Amino acid sequence: MSVEPWQRAEIAGPKKSLVFAKPQVVVTMVKTAKRPILIVGHKTLENGLGEEKIVDYVIQMAKTAEMPVVATAHIFGEFVKRGFKPAAWMSLMDITNRLQDTEWKGLDGMGQYDLALFMGFPYYMQWVILSSLKHASPDLKTINLDRFYHPHATCSFPNSSLEYWIKCLKVIIGELEAK
Amino acid sequence: MSKKAAHVKIKELKTDIGVIKDLELSIGRIFEEKWDEAIGPTPFPSLTDLREWDFKLLERYKPLYLPFCDLCCLCTLGKCDLTGGKRGACGIDIAAQQSRFFLLGCCIGAAAHAAHARHIVEHLIEKYGRRFPIDIGGLTVEVEAPITRLVCGVRPKILGDLEDILDYVETQITHLLSSTHIGQEGSNIDFESKVLHAGMIDHVGMEVADMAQIAAYGFPKADPEAPLVDIGLGTIDLQKPVIACVGHNVPPAVEIVDYLRANGLYGKVEVCGLCCTAHDLVRRNPEAKIVGPISWQLRFVRSGVPDVIVIDEQCVRVDSLPEAQKIKAPVIVTSNKICLGLQDRTRDSIDKIVADLAEARIPGVLILDPAKAGEVAVRTAVKVAPKRKKFKVIPEVTEIIEKAKKCASIGDCNDCRRACPNDLPIPEAMMEAAAGSLSKLADLYEECVGCARCESACRAGNSVHTFIIKAAEKKMKEEKFKIRAGRGAIQDLEIRKVGSPIVLGEIPGVVGFVGCANYAHGGKEVAEMCSEFAKRRYIVVASGCSAMSIAMYKNEEGKTPYEMYPGDFDAGGLSNVGSCVSNPHISGAAVKIASIFARRHLRANYEEIADYILNRVGATGVAWGALSQKAQSIASGFWRLGIPVVVGPHGSKYRRMLLGRKEHEEDWYVYDARTGDKVYAGPVPEHLFYTAETKEEAMVVITKLCMKPNDTTKGRAIKLTHYCDLHKRFYGTMPDDIHLLTRTVADIPITMKDEIVKILEEKGWKERTIPDPTLLPRLIRKRKE
Repeated sequence: MSVEPWQRAEIAGPKKSLVFAKPQVVVTMVKTAKRPILIVGHKTLENGLGEEKIVDYVIQMAKTAEMPVVATAHIFGEFVKRGFKPAAWMSLMDITNRLQDTEWKGLDGMGQYDLALFMGFPYYMQWVILSSLKHASPDLKTINLDRFYHPHATCSFPNSSLEYWIKCLKVIIGELEAK
Repeated sequence: MSKKAAHVKIKELKTDIGVIKDLELSIGRIFEEKWDEAIGPTPFPSLTDLREWDFKLLERYKPLYLPFCDLCCLCTLGKCDLTGGKRGACGIDIAAQQSRFFLLGCCIGAAAHAAHARHIVEHLIEKYGRRFPIDIGGLTVEVEAPITRLVCGVRPKILGDLEDILDYVETQITHLLSSTHIGQEGSNIDFESKVLHAGMIDHVGMEVADMAQIAAYGFPKADPEAPLVDIGLGTIDLQKPVIACVGHNVPPAVEIVDYLRANGLYGKVEVCGLCCTAHDLVRRNPEAKIVGPISWQLRFVRSGVPDVIVIDEQCVRVDSLPEAQKIKAPVIVTSNKICLGLQDRTRDSIDKIVADLAEARIPGVLILDPAKAGEVAVRTAVKVAPKRKKFKVIPEVTEIIEKAKKCASIGDCNDCRRACPNDLPIPEAMMEAAAGSLSKLADLYEECVGCARCESACRAGNSVHTFIIKAAEKKMKEEKFKIRAGRGAIQDLEIRKVGSPIVLGEIPGVVGFVGCANYAHGGKEVAEMCSEFAKRRYIVVASGCSAMSIAMYKNEEGKTPYEMYPGDFDAGGLSNVGSCVSNPHISGAAVKIASIFARRHLRANYEEIADYILNRVGATGVAWGALSQKAQSIASGFWRLGIPVVVGPHGSKYRRMLLGRKEHEEDWYVYDARTGDKVYAGPVPEHLFYTAETKEEAMVVITKLCMKPNDTTKGRAIKLTHYCDLHKRFYGTMPDDIHLLTRTVADIPITMKDEIVKILEEKGWKERTIPDPTLLPRLIRKRKE
């Protein structure tokens, strides 16, 4: 595990994310959030251990936390194939744009979100998205659930091995179930 | 267009009000125009003349900033922390800083093209004379300079006319650049307006450059049947001396070929190119070879094939000299923008330069005379080739395995992967190599962008990129494809043929694949997208490195897209317009639709034509591997004309998007020019600048961005068919915004009627009118009651 940007040259600035000492921190942040949202990209299909892909953990997490899921790119159909309907399809650019609008009513018309969890994007793309939200959405907390450290998030996983990362995701799902 | 210097001298003038003595009045230039078309409102517009139009666009398509870092580092007051709403020492905030940075990028891009244009115009005037006529398509192209006519309000007729246009371009770039200085512009929206101005100016500069070279060098002139030429490393004859030309400014390459022809060496020396110089080389000389886009430069050099490397300008690896030295190939640099520390030998005798290079007394030379550079390149290649024997720096398999073992012994360092722009699994490939198999290294070849950052990062000092090249050697040698040489402009006749179906929406759109080769998953994605849209009967156009990437994949029958689809600007056609500076033929085609088909006044009438294109011409640009500042300014020129641009995932690093909000109904009202009523036109086109995460997302959004308020019901039904079809294919569902895009029942595609009607009923959809759309109140033709 290391707490430095995964891509070496991606040096941020003075405001850097906290790193989870334990995965339970995610659980606490989700549980204390009033309106969390999970934003999921296409790379959740690429990673995993054995038969299970990261998208399968995402589904479990979304179900247990009863969090709305925004599926970006072409991942929506993969959710549907697995019997789970995300709250919306929206591109990463579009959801980022809306998360910066204090007047946005959210996917359900109930108002803006206060916690956004991200996973499954190219590292460099997620980097600029989290940076954008850090600068333009001061009331929004962001969590990077991918296995590489993202300094622009409010909280981030450290650079982790695949095995450790999946173990943490399982802990998060388990703790959310136990709420 | 012609110019005159006016000088009035009055020795003595007696009038009722007094006597004037020794009055001298000088006017630098008068543009004499024998052109029936009345001049429009904005000839040679300044930074602010089109600001009102920009603000209309920016009100709908607001900037989304994606900062790389939290700081501004441009002056000695800084570094300044701009997080949490803080302002820098000069008072700038993060939004203005981001837009300022974006403008800087556009100025760099526009300057690169303008400097290229200035150089080639001066060179061609010197060679062919100021009065050499600009003919880029004979009778098939009467509107020969649509962008210049539109922006400047003049028609260049001879090479000398282009100098005056470049004076304007250079002045504007200087003003734009000046606005980025500390303590100048402070509003992010005004910076964004200037970005659009930079883009527009860039298209003028590019158009000048391409017109000059098409006319003087005899490139294909608006020719849909421009020859199919060779592309790929495997097409190069290794038995011959090989000269590789790299860059964007073709005169040295042209002189090489001319020298070969004049001295009976033609066919005995292989001339090939990388990046846009290669495009322009084969436009002049179809027997030359294109190696590939910029990402091929390092792999080609290290393969040892080139005997001499000739560099001109733009998009050249700046480590070209040390890389060439590794393979013992002399370098000839030919541009004052890229001198690489080499001695200027422009005035030396050719014999002496050739001897110095051939005897390896010097690694390279700077020669600022293209003709001399051409002769030196040929004579040096002939002498050097037998000595070099294609000396390469690619190791044998056994050596790679041994070096991979060294890498394996370091353990889990991951530095190569963490340096790789595409996060390629290099460590796994190296581990497998250490175990004796190079197959995983070979697998990286397709998605490698050829940057070699992996090598700089490697603690073991391994030449990782070279290992990948060796592992994929067989594949590389088999790269033999066909590309259609850049055709140049689109014919007026073609515009007349497709103008109506495009504006009415019956041809679902024009999709332009432009820009560089920084692909997240290799160039194959561009070829796939291109084929998908050509099959769907969109008009597909291409330029630059994207045009090359499209060529480098074959279907099951062994045909490249250029062999599968005709080169016409028509439904189902695939036109390669040429190099980077050929891009104004794409934006110019949109302009010509307004001018030729719709008979809108073109001359200095930018706002009206842009309004026409935004509302009526279903065109979208795709810069899937955009990486350069030039690509940035090219895109900006399309935006000001109302043409959206989609970039690939790496394009997010341009750090600013222009996004619409489809649910904000108030953003999508237009005037109905027939009545003056403000009418909801739906969210079309939804965005102006957009990063797509995957090719699947790109294809879906492209179909949507080609929708325009003016589409007829038949046209909208066709466009909705493509949108829904691709949405269902890639996302597994119908789109959630179909009620916003359907205006009348007649818009609904017949084959999807039941499904769509059900959705519309659920959404409480109501029919609405289809306006004669405009954003400009002055274009309203109010009925007189």
